[in-house]
Amino acid sequence: MLKVEQLAKFYRTGAGDALSVLNAVSFEIPAGASVAIVGPSGSGKTTLLGLCAGLDRPSGGRVELAGESIGEMNEDARARVRNAHVGFVFQNFQLIPTLTALENVLVPVELRGEGGARAEAEAQELLARVGLSERSGHYPVQLSGGEQQRVALARAFMNRPKILFCDEPTGNLDGATAHAMVELIFGLNREKGTTLVLVTHDQDLARKCQRIIRLKSGVVVSDESTAPAGPASMVSGDGGNI
Amino acid sequence: MNFIFKMAWRDSRASRRRLVLFSFSIVLGIAALVAIGSLGSNLESAIDEQAKGLLGADLIITSREPMGVAARAHVAGLAEAVAREVSFSSMMAFPSAENLTRLVNVRALEGGFPFFGDFVTVPADAAARWRERRDGVIVEETLLRQFNAGVGDRVKLGATLFTVVGALQKFPGESSALTATVAPRALIPWEALAATGLAEGNVLVRHRVMLKLPAERAPAAVERDLRARFGGAGFGFDTVAERRRNLGRVLDNIENFLGLVGFIALFLGAIGVASAMHVYVQQKIPTVAVLRCLGASARQSFGVYLVQGLALGLLGAVLGAALGVGVQAIIPSLLGDALPFDVRFFIAWPAVARGMGAGLVISVLFTLLPLLAVRRVSPLGALRSAFQENQPVGPDLWRITVAILIVGAVTGFSIWQTGRWRDGLSFTAVLAGGFGLLAGLAKGVTWSVRRWLPRGSPYVVRQGLANLYRPNNRTVLLLLSLGLGTFLMLTLLLTRTTLLREIEFAGGGGRPNLLFFDIQDDQVAGVVQATAREQAPVLVQAPIITMKIARVKGRTVDDLLRDQRGGRDERGERGGRGERGGRGERGERGGRGEVDGSKRGEERDRSPRFGRDQEQAEGGDRLPSWTLRREYRSTFRGTLAGTERLVSGEWVERVAAGEAVVPVTMEEGLFKQMGLSLGDEIEWDVQGVPIRSKIVGVRAVEWRRLEPNFFVVFPLGVLEPAPKFHVAAVRANDAAHSARVQRAVVAAFPNVTAIDLALVMQAVDGIFTKVAFVIEFMAAFTVLTGVIVLAGAVLAGRFQRIRETVLLRTLGATRRQLAQIQFVEYAVLGVLGAAVGSFLAIVSNALLAKYVFRLEPTLPLLLPLLAGLAVVIVTLVTGWLSSRGINDQPPLEVLRQET
Repeated sequence: MLKVEQLAKFYRTGAGDALSVLNAVSFEIPAGASVAIVGPSGSGKTTLLGLCAGLDRPSGGRVELAGESIGEMNEDARARVRNAHVGFVFQNFQLIPTLTALENVLVPVELRGEGGARAEAEAQELLARVGLSERSGHYPVQLSGGEQQRVALARAFMNRPKILFCDEPTGNLDGATAHAMVELIFGLNREKGTTLVLVTHDQDLARKCQRIIRLKSGVVVSDESTAPAGPASMVSGDGGNI
Repeated sequence: MNFIFKMAWRDSRASRRRLVLFSFSIVLGIAALVAIGSLGSNLESAIDEQAKGLLGADLIITSREPMGVAARAHVAGLAEAVAREVSFSSMMAFPSAENLTRLVNVRALEGGFPFFGDFVTVPADAAARWRERRDGVIVEETLLRQFNAGVGDRVKLGATLFTVVGALQKFPGESSALTATVAPRALIPWEALAATGLAEGNVLVRHRVMLKLPAERAPAAVERDLRARFGGAGFGFDTVAERRRNLGRVLDNIENFLGLVGFIALFLGAIGVASAMHVYVQQKIPTVAVLRCLGASARQSFGVYLVQGLALGLLGAVLGAALGVGVQAIIPSLLGDALPFDVRFFIAWPAVARGMGAGLVISVLFTLLPLLAVRRVSPLGALRSAFQENQPVGPDLWRITVAILIVGAVTGFSIWQTGRWRDGLSFTAVLAGGFGLLAGLAKGVTWSVRRWLPRGSPYVVRQGLANLYRPNNRTVLLLLSLGLGTFLMLTLLLTRTTLLREIEFAGGGGRPNLLFFDIQDDQVAGVVQATAREQAPVLVQAPIITMKIARVKGRTVDDLLRDQRGGRDERGERGGRGERGGRGERGERGGRGEVDGSKRGEERDRSPRFGRDQEQAEGGDRLPSWTLRREYRSTFRGTLAGTERLVSGEWVERVAAGEAVVPVTMEEGLFKQMGLSLGDEIEWDVQGVPIRSKIVGVRAVEWRRLEPNFFVVFPLGVLEPAPKFHVAAVRANDAAHSARVQRAVVAAFPNVTAIDLALVMQAVDGIFTKVAFVIEFMAAFTVLTGVIVLAGAVLAGRFQRIRETVLLRTLGATRRQLAQIQFVEYAVLGVLGAAVGSFLAIVSNALLAKYVFRLEPTLPLLLPLLAGLAVVIVTLVTGWLSSRGINDQPPLEVLRQET
């Protein structure tokens, strides 16, 4: 599903020097897997996520997403790939403040010109799935942080993504809300058969993935499987509620 | 596409009020353009509909001498009806008002003129019946009102008493506003003229013969026929077509000028929209980043905000058009009787469409500039809010293209509005220069404040000043709008003051302020005594001899004129730049000391035009034909007058009798216009007697003083025996004294005419007030736009400043402190805007005074100070009103709203 080869990213500093953020990163993630990318602040994990999701172009190396090499694509072509295959959940929710919960969920399909009653029913269903069917007409300011993140999750699944990228999805949530959110992410991921790539500081959350890639100073320092204590065991306990 | 519209609509939810306010910025500019354009169409069709009424006849033949018998017989054979008129200036005395006198334009009429158009009097039947009695007179309504006189009252013209039978409100083709101030009209029957004794010997008489032609006879053909038959008789011709053309041209110029003033408002508003949109787009960047993450293309995300920008422009255009139509309906009443015809109100849709189109194009182009930023928003912004700062910013071809389109659109509009490449480009250059200067100054201010921020000053002062240079500051925008608004308004006020002060000055310091002319040889002593008795001794007196040019450097005038006709339209020359020395000053000369004045018919031909004819007269070394045709009123004396100095050549006091070539001096402006050199010879036709002269000296004349000034001065010893009349100037202490002196002279010598400086001032002020009012009305659009832009900028910035304000409040800042910070910021902006605007106004007033009016500029310090104060107050009040919500809301609520 996702193949990264010798990926590098550097930025030019004000003084004109190159600041290396990622260096020679390579890994492959098969369809349906769940992978956590962890590392200390500044290790390059968010940059890696951005490059994997086609939000930015690498300075070197190659990214292949859902069979397409996105590194060479221009921004609009990458946007099409994102719209077709990718779902996002951000730390700070990133709902569009001027749209209601329902409208926020609908955006990915409307971008494809596939709005309408059927899409709306599907969005309502997703909102119901995350427990917000009563709040579909509310604006982001009228929702709590946890609720906003659940709307973001529903939106992420609206275009039936092949791969879901989560950037610190529980970073802005309290313990209980974060726990419920994690349940939802993994539950929906399993249900929809989506590949999950998750960036986090939270070691407990990372351990719920099948695999953990550790980064330090832009370099992969370890890439190990967490089996058998993988997501399957975690989900099995509550799966019925989801 | 569907997504773009849907998203644009949804996304605008929280900001619709703001977007509507942004659109207000362009409303007034578009309103001005629509109003002016549509009014122009109204005027055009009014001229078309009332074409014949503009003249009152099919053809009017004007001349200085009465039409000869042969010519009269010929025209009588051509026309269906003939009427004639003799007109001249004279003093009218009002016995019912202690014999007070006033300069009037007497018209002795015979026949059924006017044949067409509105001849309106009170009572209404006076127009039809006034000729029934030989002593009946119809007098300008405003004049009657001024002297508290009415129908049935007696007035005196020359030696005759007349009875007022009606008050004149309207006469075909003449503007009541102008004639009423300069020389109110008095219509008397032809038969009554001889008894007044005023026309005999009066060299300033104008004769007109008015023809009503049969339908099959074209006025132009009749004109050609008469020119061919009586070419040498000195006839002038006036046809409906020509009158229409002249009027249309003048109105076009006014429309163009006002259109440009309106365009400045639109331009300013568009800058306001661009600035507000810039802030708006900055706030939308996180949303765009999310959309990009979700797969929106650059085109789609750009499309969302472009649709909002278009909607904003469209809303502004529709509101502007509606307001413009409303304004258009009231402008004719503002102009009142300044227009020589009635204007029927209708909405000229093409003009409305043009105004809306121009508004929409300009506003969309200006909106595009900030919107282009949307294309470059990276989806990474959703992950990292600081990402944008790390984006490399290279040259953006789209931005460059849009900038070029903006310059192109502004230039194109200016050229279209002025109708000339040169004027359009000049206007664009001036606009760019003004804006560049203001923007440069604004940049300088932000740099200076940042560089020299008074570190030791109280916190609120530092914070307020820092707001001037911090990111997303409004310094440039506000200085532009406030500066430009102040500049326009104040320039008008200052120019008006300069002109009026100059006239006051001209009559100050013991200088003459009351002029008597038409004094016959045998009346000179009597006038001198009469004025002396009234303690107003004659200060200057001069004999006047009328003459025409017969040859210039050996070539006859006819020869020279034929050359002109062979080349190009002589009318163009007369109206053009060639008139500058003549034109700008002439308007004043006629009313002041220039006894060598022109008749109104000539003046009309020389109405100022907005450049179209200028080049024709500028280029080439041909003689302007008016200099050849006109009747010169020259004098002879042995010394230079107080109002003139010799700039080149010599001054010859006296020549011996029988001198073959008389050495004369010529006025500098005329000398230049005629392209003459010292030593050039001119032959004069002095009432039938040829006199050869040689130009030996050139004089610079201070025309603006109310003293007898002359184009050509002869030495003593030549013209003494020629038929002549005299002019005398005295000084009256006040209005009552002036009235007393006039009454004494006119009572003894009814043919003598007086011009009072107060009257000239009144005329200038009256005309200026009318013109200035319309211009100020239009300039007010710019100033109001400035206020709206200011409010828009404050509101747009409010969303930027809100977090900081809330933080300050959270940290314990009181409302008072927040208000003080804001006060410092707006006070500085207001003061600087007013100062820069005032500075520009003072400079432009000085330039206008020096190069257009040729006067010393006046600088009443109080005026810029008051204007500046008003601008500061408006800025503070607008800033305060539009920021109110920020300081009043509890921090938590604001934080929630901003999530």
